[in-house]
Amino acid sequence: MSDNKKFMFVNRKAPYGTIYALESLEVVLITAAFDQDVSLAFLDDGVYQLKKGMQTKGIETKNFSPTYRALEDYDVEKLYVEKEAMEARGLNEDDFIVGVTVLSRAEMGKLMDEQDVVLSF
Amino acid sequence: MLHIVNKSPLTSGTLESCLNTMVDGGDVLLIEDAVYAATAGSAFESKLSAAMGRCKVHVLMPDLEARGLGDRLLAGVSPVDYAGFVALTVSNKNCQSWL
Amino acid sequence: MASIEVGGKSYETDEEGYLVNLGEWNAEVADYIAKTESIEMTDQHWEVINFLREYFDEYQIAPAVRVLTKAIGKKLGAEKGNSEYLYGLFPYGPGKQACKIAGLPKPTGCV
Repeated sequence: MSDNKKFMFVNRKAPYGTIYALESLEVVLITAAFDQDVSLAFLDDGVYQLKKGMQTKGIETKNFSPTYRALEDYDVEKLYVEKEAMEARGLNEDDFIVGVTVLSRAEMGKLMDEQDVVLSF
Repeated sequence: MLHIVNKSPLTSGTLESCLNTMVDGGDVLLIEDAVYAATAGSAFESKLSAAMGRCKVHVLMPDLEARGLGDRLLAGVSPVDYAGFVALTVSNKNCQSWL
Repeated sequence: MASIEVGGKSYETDEEGYLVNLGEWNAEVADYIAKTESIEMTDQHWEVINFLREYFDEYQIAPAVRVLTKAIGKKLGAEKGNSEYLYGLFPYGPGKQACKIAGLPKPTGCV
Protein backbone atom coordinates (compact mmCIF):
# COMPACT_ATOMS: atom_id res chain seq x y z
CA MET A 1 0.00 0.00 0.00
CA SER A 2 1.49 3.32 -1.06
CA ASP A 3 -0.12 5.44 1.68
CA ASN A 4 1.09 3.10 4.40
CA LYS A 5 2.55 5.27 7.14
CA LYS A 6 4.80 4.37 10.01
CA PHE A 7 3.10 4.93 13.36
CA MET A 8 4.84 4.68 16.70
CA PHE A 9 3.12 4.65 20.08
CA VAL A 10 5.54 5.81 22.76
CA ASN A 11 4.65 4.47 26.22
CA ARG A 12 6.47 6.04 29.14
CA LYS A 13 4.10 5.64 32.10
CA ALA A 14 3.68 2.84 34.63
CA PRO A 15 0.33 1.02 34.54
CA TYR A 16 -2.54 1.61 37.04
CA GLY A 17 -1.15 4.76 38.72
CA THR A 18 -2.38 6.75 35.75
CA ILE A 19 -4.71 5.88 32.87
CA TYR A 20 -2.11 6.42 30.09
CA ALA A 21 -1.10 2.77 29.65
CA LEU A 22 -4.66 1.51 29.23
CA GLU A 23 -5.61 4.44 26.96
CA SER A 24 -2.62 3.76 24.74
CA LEU A 25 -3.49 0.08 24.44
CA GLU A 26 -7.08 0.88 23.51
CA VAL A 27 -6.01 3.39 20.86
CA VAL A 28 -3.58 0.82 19.44
CA LEU A 29 -6.36 -1.77 19.15
CA ILE A 30 -8.71 0.70 17.50
CA THR A 31 -6.18 2.06 15.02
CA ALA A 32 -5.03 -1.48 14.14
CA ALA A 33 -8.14 -1.58 11.94
CA PHE A 34 -6.53 0.99 9.60
CA ASP A 35 -3.81 -1.35 8.42
CA GLN A 36 -0.75 0.82 9.00
CA ASP A 37 2.80 0.00 10.02
CA VAL A 38 2.49 0.18 13.81
CA SER A 39 5.29 0.01 16.38
CA LEU A 40 4.95 0.11 20.15
CA ALA A 41 7.86 1.55 22.09
CA PHE A 42 8.23 1.11 25.84
CA LEU A 43 10.54 3.65 27.47
CA ASP A 44 11.23 4.71 31.05
CA ASP A 45 8.43 3.51 33.41
CA GLY A 46 6.52 2.31 30.34
CA VAL A 47 8.51 -0.94 30.51
CA TYR A 48 6.57 -1.80 33.67
CA GLN A 49 3.42 -2.15 31.53
CA LEU A 50 4.67 -5.47 30.20
CA LYS A 51 5.59 -7.05 33.54
CA LYS A 52 4.35 -10.63 33.93
CA GLY A 53 2.32 -11.82 36.91
CA MET A 54 0.09 -8.83 37.64
CA GLN A 55 -2.61 -9.57 40.24
CA THR A 56 -5.04 -6.68 40.40
CA LYS A 57 -7.79 -8.15 42.59
CA GLY A 58 -6.48 -6.25 45.61
CA ILE A 59 -6.82 -2.85 43.90
CA GLU A 60 -10.15 -3.78 42.26
CA THR A 61 -8.92 -2.81 38.82
CA LYS A 62 -9.00 -4.81 35.61
CA ASN A 63 -5.68 -6.48 34.79
CA PHE A 64 -5.25 -5.48 31.15
CA SER A 65 -1.81 -7.01 30.68
CA PRO A 66 -3.13 -10.22 28.99
CA THR A 67 -4.39 -7.97 26.19
CA TYR A 68 -0.81 -7.30 25.06
CA ARG A 69 -0.76 -10.96 24.02
CA ALA A 70 -3.73 -10.34 21.70
CA LEU A 71 -1.83 -7.66 19.75
CA GLU A 72 -0.50 -10.35 17.44
CA ASP A 73 -4.08 -11.12 16.33
CA TYR A 74 -4.41 -7.43 15.48
CA ASP A 75 -1.24 -7.65 13.34
CA VAL A 76 0.67 -5.45 15.78
CA GLU A 77 3.91 -7.35 16.09
CA LYS A 78 6.59 -4.70 16.59
CA LEU A 79 7.14 -4.22 20.30
CA TYR A 80 10.32 -2.48 21.40
CA VAL A 81 11.68 -2.10 24.92
CA GLU A 82 14.42 0.35 25.86
CA LYS A 83 17.34 -1.60 27.30
CA GLU A 84 18.56 1.08 29.71
CA ALA A 85 15.05 1.59 31.14
CA MET A 86 14.57 -2.15 31.55
CA GLU A 87 17.86 -2.60 33.35
CA ALA A 88 17.37 0.42 35.63
CA ARG A 89 14.21 -1.29 36.87
CA GLY A 90 15.85 -4.63 37.60
CA LEU A 91 13.97 -6.33 34.75
CA ASN A 92 15.04 -8.57 31.91
CA GLU A 93 13.34 -9.99 28.80
CA ASP A 94 11.96 -12.99 30.71
CA ASP A 95 9.93 -10.65 32.92
CA PHE A 96 7.64 -9.61 30.05
CA ILE A 97 4.24 -11.05 29.22
CA VAL A 98 4.99 -10.89 25.46
CA GLY A 99 8.00 -11.28 23.23
CA VAL A 100 9.74 -7.95 22.62
CA THR A 101 12.78 -6.58 20.84
CA VAL A 102 15.17 -4.87 23.22
CA LEU A 103 16.84 -1.77 21.79
CA SER A 104 19.47 0.53 23.22
CA ARG A 105 18.40 4.11 23.87
CA ALA A 106 20.34 5.22 20.78
CA GLU A 107 18.66 2.58 18.57
CA MET A 108 15.27 3.59 19.98
CA GLY A 109 15.96 7.23 19.14
CA LYS A 110 16.86 6.32 15.61
CA LEU A 111 13.72 4.20 15.16
CA MET A 112 11.61 7.06 16.52
CA ASP A 113 13.22 9.43 14.05
CA GLU A 114 12.21 7.18 11.14
CA GLN A 115 8.47 7.37 11.94
CA ASP A 116 5.84 9.38 10.07
CA VAL A 117 3.61 9.77 13.11
CA VAL A 118 4.55 9.46 16.79
CA LEU A 119 1.84 9.25 19.45
CA SER A 120 2.90 9.83 23.02
CA PHE A 121 1.37 8.27 26.12
CA MET B 1 5.01 11.61 61.17
CA LEU B 2 3.69 9.56 58.24
CA HIS B 3 4.78 10.46 54.72
CA ILE B 4 2.73 8.97 51.88
CA VAL B 5 4.21 8.92 48.37
CA ASN B 6 2.44 7.71 45.21
CA LYS B 7 4.83 8.64 42.36
CA SER B 8 7.35 6.37 40.65
CA PRO B 9 10.87 7.16 41.93
CA LEU B 10 12.43 6.99 38.45
CA THR B 11 9.98 9.39 36.81
CA SER B 12 9.37 11.91 39.54
CA GLY B 13 11.58 13.50 42.19
CA THR B 14 8.80 13.28 44.77
CA LEU B 15 10.11 10.35 46.79
CA GLU B 16 13.61 11.77 46.79
CA SER B 17 12.29 15.13 48.04
CA CYS B 18 10.35 13.34 50.73
CA LEU B 19 13.36 11.34 51.90
CA ASN B 20 15.57 14.46 51.85
CA THR B 21 13.05 16.49 53.83
CA MET B 22 11.73 14.19 56.52
CA VAL B 23 13.22 14.00 59.99
CA ASP B 24 14.68 10.74 61.31
CA GLY B 25 12.38 8.17 62.86
CA GLY B 26 9.34 8.83 60.69
CA ASP B 27 7.26 6.43 58.62
CA VAL B 28 7.20 6.39 54.81
CA LEU B 29 4.37 4.60 53.05
CA LEU B 30 4.80 3.80 49.36
CA ILE B 31 1.52 3.42 47.45
CA GLU B 32 0.41 3.29 43.78
CA ASP B 33 3.35 3.95 41.41
CA ALA B 34 5.72 4.63 44.33
CA VAL B 35 5.73 0.90 45.13
CA TYR B 36 8.33 0.47 42.36
CA ALA B 37 10.82 2.03 44.77
CA ALA B 38 10.44 -1.03 47.00
CA THR B 39 11.54 -3.55 44.35
CA ALA B 40 14.90 -5.28 44.37
CA GLY B 41 17.16 -4.43 41.44
CA SER B 42 15.71 -0.99 40.72
CA ALA B 43 18.06 1.96 40.21
CA PHE B 44 16.47 3.59 43.26
CA GLU B 45 17.36 0.66 45.53
CA SER B 46 20.49 2.22 47.04
CA LYS B 47 18.70 5.47 47.89
CA LEU B 48 15.85 3.67 49.58
CA SER B 49 18.21 1.34 51.44
CA ALA B 50 20.11 4.37 52.74
CA ALA B 51 16.86 5.94 53.96
CA MET B 52 15.87 2.75 55.74
CA GLY B 53 18.70 3.33 58.19
CA ARG B 54 16.90 6.36 59.65
CA CYS B 55 13.20 5.78 59.00
CA LYS B 56 10.73 2.95 58.54
CA VAL B 57 9.59 2.24 55.00
CA HIS B 58 6.28 0.50 54.30
CA VAL B 59 4.73 -0.61 51.02
CA LEU B 60 1.09 -1.22 50.19
CA MET B 61 1.12 -4.84 48.99
CA PRO B 62 -2.09 -4.78 46.86
CA ASP B 63 -0.41 -2.08 44.73
CA LEU B 64 2.84 -4.04 44.45
CA GLU B 65 1.01 -7.26 43.54
CA ALA B 66 -1.12 -5.47 40.95
CA ARG B 67 2.12 -4.47 39.20
CA GLY B 68 3.38 -8.04 39.08
CA LEU B 69 6.15 -7.39 41.61
CA GLY B 70 4.80 -8.96 44.79
CA ASP B 71 7.74 -11.37 44.75
CA ARG B 72 10.43 -8.68 44.38
CA LEU B 73 9.94 -6.88 47.67
CA LEU B 74 13.18 -5.25 48.79
CA ALA B 75 14.52 -6.64 52.08
CA GLY B 76 13.83 -4.35 55.03
CA VAL B 77 10.64 -2.82 53.61
CA SER B 78 7.58 -3.65 55.66
CA PRO B 79 4.57 -4.92 53.67
CA VAL B 80 1.16 -3.60 54.71
CA ASP B 81 -2.43 -4.20 53.56
CA TYR B 82 -5.25 -1.64 53.64
CA ALA B 83 -5.82 -2.24 57.37
CA GLY B 84 -2.10 -1.60 57.93
CA PHE B 85 -2.39 1.64 55.93
CA VAL B 86 -5.17 2.79 58.26
CA ALA B 87 -3.19 1.72 61.33
CA LEU B 88 -0.24 3.88 60.19
CA THR B 89 -2.44 6.94 59.80
CA VAL B 90 -3.82 6.34 63.30
CA SER B 91 -0.50 5.66 65.05
CA ASN B 92 1.17 8.80 63.65
CA LYS B 93 0.30 12.21 65.05
CA ASN B 94 0.20 13.76 61.59
CA CYS B 95 0.55 12.87 57.93
CA GLN B 96 1.79 14.38 54.68
CA SER B 97 0.70 13.14 51.24
CA TRP B 98 3.40 14.13 48.76
CA LEU B 99 1.52 15.05 45.58
CA MET C 1 -29.35 2.12 34.55
CA ALA C 2 -31.33 -0.29 32.43
CA SER C 3 -31.87 -3.90 33.37
CA ILE C 4 -33.36 -7.13 32.07
CA GLU C 5 -35.43 -9.67 33.95
CA VAL C 6 -34.62 -13.35 33.38
CA GLY C 7 -35.98 -16.25 35.41
CA GLY C 8 -37.11 -13.94 38.19
CA LYS C 9 -33.69 -12.32 38.55
CA SER C 10 -32.74 -8.81 37.48
CA TYR C 11 -29.54 -8.14 35.49
CA GLU C 12 -28.09 -4.69 35.06
CA THR C 13 -27.33 -3.64 31.46
CA ASP C 14 -26.05 -0.50 29.78
CA GLU C 15 -28.33 1.57 27.57
CA GLU C 16 -27.54 -0.64 24.55
CA GLY C 17 -28.37 -3.85 26.38
CA TYR C 18 -24.86 -5.13 27.18
CA LEU C 19 -24.51 -6.81 30.57
CA VAL C 20 -22.76 -4.60 33.12
CA ASN C 21 -21.47 -7.40 35.37
CA LEU C 22 -19.69 -9.95 33.21
CA GLY C 23 -19.70 -12.49 36.02
CA GLU C 24 -23.52 -12.66 36.07
CA TRP C 25 -23.75 -14.19 32.60
CA ASN C 26 -25.32 -17.62 32.15
CA ALA C 27 -26.90 -19.61 29.32
CA GLU C 28 -30.40 -18.48 30.26
CA VAL C 29 -29.39 -14.84 30.02
CA ALA C 30 -27.73 -15.55 26.67
CA ASP C 31 -30.94 -17.09 25.33
CA TYR C 32 -32.92 -14.09 26.54
CA ILE C 33 -30.61 -11.54 24.93
CA ALA C 34 -30.58 -13.60 21.72
CA LYS C 35 -34.38 -13.41 21.59
CA THR C 36 -34.28 -9.62 21.93
CA GLU C 37 -31.92 -9.66 18.94
CA SER C 38 -34.33 -11.97 17.04
CA ILE C 39 -31.80 -14.78 17.00
CA GLU C 40 -32.75 -18.41 17.54
CA MET C 41 -29.71 -19.99 19.20
CA THR C 42 -28.32 -23.14 17.54
CA ASP C 43 -25.18 -25.19 18.18
CA GLN C 44 -23.41 -23.05 15.58
CA HIS C 45 -24.34 -19.90 17.49
CA TRP C 46 -23.16 -21.41 20.75
CA GLU C 47 -19.86 -22.37 19.19
CA VAL C 48 -19.17 -18.71 18.40
CA ILE C 49 -20.43 -17.53 21.80
CA ASN C 50 -18.21 -20.01 23.63
CA PHE C 51 -15.26 -19.05 21.46
CA LEU C 52 -15.78 -15.37 22.33
CA ARG C 53 -15.97 -16.12 26.03
CA GLU C 54 -12.76 -18.14 25.90
CA TYR C 55 -11.06 -15.36 23.96
CA PHE C 56 -12.14 -12.81 26.55
CA ASP C 57 -11.02 -15.05 29.37
CA GLU C 58 -7.56 -15.29 27.88
CA TYR C 59 -7.01 -11.74 26.56
CA GLN C 60 -9.48 -9.59 28.53
CA ILE C 61 -10.96 -8.07 25.37
CA ALA C 62 -13.75 -8.83 22.96
CA PRO C 63 -11.97 -9.04 19.59
CA ALA C 64 -12.79 -6.81 16.63
CA VAL C 65 -14.78 -8.57 13.90
CA ARG C 66 -11.79 -8.96 11.60
CA VAL C 67 -9.74 -10.46 14.42
CA LEU C 68 -12.62 -12.72 15.48
CA THR C 69 -13.07 -13.96 11.91
CA LYS C 70 -9.39 -14.80 11.58
CA ALA C 71 -9.19 -16.44 15.00
CA ILE C 72 -12.28 -18.57 14.38
CA GLY C 73 -10.83 -19.67 11.05
CA LYS C 74 -7.69 -20.76 12.84
CA LYS C 75 -9.56 -22.71 15.51
CA LEU C 76 -12.74 -23.98 13.84
CA GLY C 77 -11.73 -24.11 10.19
CA ALA C 78 -11.88 -21.88 7.13
CA GLU C 79 -15.52 -22.72 6.38
CA LYS C 80 -16.43 -20.92 9.62
CA GLY C 81 -13.74 -18.25 9.65
CA ASN C 82 -15.38 -16.01 7.07
CA SER C 83 -17.78 -13.07 7.13
CA GLU C 84 -20.52 -14.86 5.19
CA TYR C 85 -20.82 -17.64 7.78
CA LEU C 86 -20.59 -15.33 10.80
CA TYR C 87 -22.98 -12.70 9.45
CA GLY C 88 -25.32 -15.57 8.55
CA LEU C 89 -25.48 -16.42 12.26
CA PHE C 90 -25.46 -12.84 13.53
CA PRO C 91 -26.96 -10.60 10.81
CA TYR C 92 -26.30 -7.32 12.65
CA GLY C 93 -22.65 -8.11 13.12
CA PRO C 94 -20.86 -10.97 14.83
CA GLY C 95 -18.92 -8.47 16.93
CA LYS C 96 -21.84 -6.47 18.23
CA GLN C 97 -24.54 -9.12 18.50
CA ALA C 98 -22.47 -12.12 19.52
CA CYS C 99 -20.61 -10.13 22.17
CA LYS C 100 -23.89 -8.94 23.61
CA ILE C 101 -25.25 -12.49 23.80
CA ALA C 102 -21.94 -13.70 25.25
CA GLY C 103 -22.25 -11.13 28.05
CA LEU C 104 -19.11 -9.28 26.95
CA PRO C 105 -18.48 -5.58 26.36
CA LYS C 106 -18.66 -4.17 22.85
CA PRO C 107 -15.59 -5.24 20.84
CA THR C 108 -12.46 -3.17 21.27
CA GLY C 109 -11.48 -1.74 17.92
CA CYS C 110 -15.02 -1.88 16.63
CA VAL C 111 -15.33 1.35 14.58
